[in-house]
Amino acid sequence: MLTFQDVAKTYADGTRALAGITLSVAPGEIVALIGGSGCGKTTVLRLAAGLDRPSAGVIRLDGETIAEPHPGIGLVFQEARLLPWLTVAENVGFGLHHRPAAERRARVARALASVNLAEQAGRWPRDLSGGQQQRVAIARAFVADPRVLLLDEPFSALDAVTRADLHRHLLALWAQARPTILLVTHDVAEAVALADRAIVMRPRPGRIDAALTITPTRPSDPEAGLAARSALRARLEASLRAAP
Amino acid sequence: MALLGLNETARPAVESPSPSGARRGSGPGRIRRLVLGLLLPLVLALGWEWAVRAGLASGRLLPPPGRILAALAGLAASGDLWVHVQATLLRVAAGFALGASLGIGAGALTGILPLARHLLDPGLQALRAVPSLAWVPLFILWLGILETPKVVLIAVGVFFPVYVGVSGAIASVDRKLVEVGRIFRLSKPALARRILLPAILPATLVALRTGLGLGFLFVVAAELMGASEGLGYLLVEGQQFGKPDQILAAIIAFALLGKAADTLLVVLTQPLLRWQDVARDVL
Ligand SMILES: Nc1ncnc2c1ncn2[C@@H]1O[C@H](COP(=O)(O)OP(=O)(O)OP(=O)(O)O)[C@@H](O)[C@H]1O
Ligand SMILES: [Mg+2]
Repeated sequence: MLTFQDVAKTYADGTRALAGITLSVAPGEIVALIGGSGCGKTTVLRLAAGLDRPSAGVIRLDGETIAEPHPGIGLVFQEARLLPWLTVAENVGFGLHHRPAAERRARVARALASVNLAEQAGRWPRDLSGGQQQRVAIARAFVADPRVLLLDEPFSALDAVTRADLHRHLLALWAQARPTILLVTHDVAEAVALADRAIVMRPRPGRIDAALTITPTRPSDPEAGLAARSALRARLEASLRAAP
Repeated sequence: MALLGLNETARPAVESPSPSGARRGSGPGRIRRLVLGLLLPLVLALGWEWAVRAGLASGRLLPPPGRILAALAGLAASGDLWVHVQATLLRVAAGFALGASLGIGAGALTGILPLARHLLDPGLQALRAVPSLAWVPLFILWLGILETPKVVLIAVGVFFPVYVGVSGAIASVDRKLVEVGRIFRLSKPALARRILLPAILPATLVALRTGLGLGFLFVVAAELMGASEGLGYLLVEGQQFGKPDQILAAIIAFALLGKAADTLLVVLTQPLLRWQDVARDVL
């Protein structure tokens, strides 16, 4: 269980990025965080990842306070952030340094295949397209099998087809180990397609405006959930519009 | 499990091999540029050679290329050239090794530890403002006129660009990449080795190149202050005995040596930088 309890974040320059965030994400739950630009979504993930500390309140994973990066929590940044001096395969294996080489190779190969980049394994990041780089970053986070995955708009640089493929793939990966997923997105359709719950944030200071349960439409039985899904989309879009 | 594909399968695998090779300037364009660059110096040199041979100029103060090359060949044939080249190279190598390692050490220290930066950097920046040649009399006074002051002078010349380059490179390492290391919970030493070091490598190598260039600049100054061998000695002797062809021969040797050393440094370090996304097509 990942919990935020009255979490606030004020940056050193006085920017109040978050105020009074209280939120629990159950093990294995997929929660989408949606909201306009600058409303604090990235800040929520950075705090959960232990990269920054909250100015007030506390974040816990299964009772353990998160104050610095945690082995059970993986993060995909909003930008790919590949290390330019490592090949694609080396980037994916970057976090596996403490595992035996053979296991590392096998895991990297599997992760690359799963984002359909097996053939790019030996290339430099500079030679990949933006979407390919983003997929490498996703593979890099998944390869370590974290309990909690924080994804910051991981699909924003992808075309519609690849995006839909990665959605399916994300759900397939999720089905294997059932990690908790906190997914930031701008895209209501994406939230509805992937998440059990969508949380709408409002800006200045960032806070939670509404939480909608989406569960009926997933796991995917596309036909059955269709009506419920479009109703949810409408509700989400309405509450997004309501946010100033 | 669904594999994602479309946009990948459309991309031929042929595209991937040898990314660096394809980036180089194309062959014909390169040769054309080389010819263009050589054109003017060649015309001037041949013109001067012709003017002296035709008796239009004496060539006493500015000997024609033929005589300079003859002087160079003479020095080479007698074996003197190698003695002088060796002496100069040894000094540059010793001074460069000393200056570069101190520069890297001090740059790393001030780049990583704020305390060291506040303690050392202002003083070093003040020293850097002193034109290095101004130290010469002091070095001679302190260290005599043999090898030590020469090596120290060269080391001083090499130190500053390397120091500034390394500390600047560390200060400007992308925080975003450091965070990647933090997310994967690298220890401090691992962070330094796996993120910091590769990140500062390009700037460090540029600084080393600059330092090496300055090393050759300062070896001339060092050898002018009194030496019994070395290319700088050939300069002094050429001046004293009125042999401009020898001076020019030594200058050419300096130029070739400097270029060769720089090229060697680039060639040796290039494998470390294959990953760089740069449009570098000249050395
Ligand atoms: N390091 C920082 N220092 C000061 N202010 C910051 C910092 N990082 C973010 N902010 C501010 O905090 C607020 C929230 O930023 P955040 O990056 O979390 O927004 P976001 O919801 O992720 O936006 P986007 O959708 O554009 O990525 C913004 O007003 C931003 O300007
Ligand atoms: Mg963001």
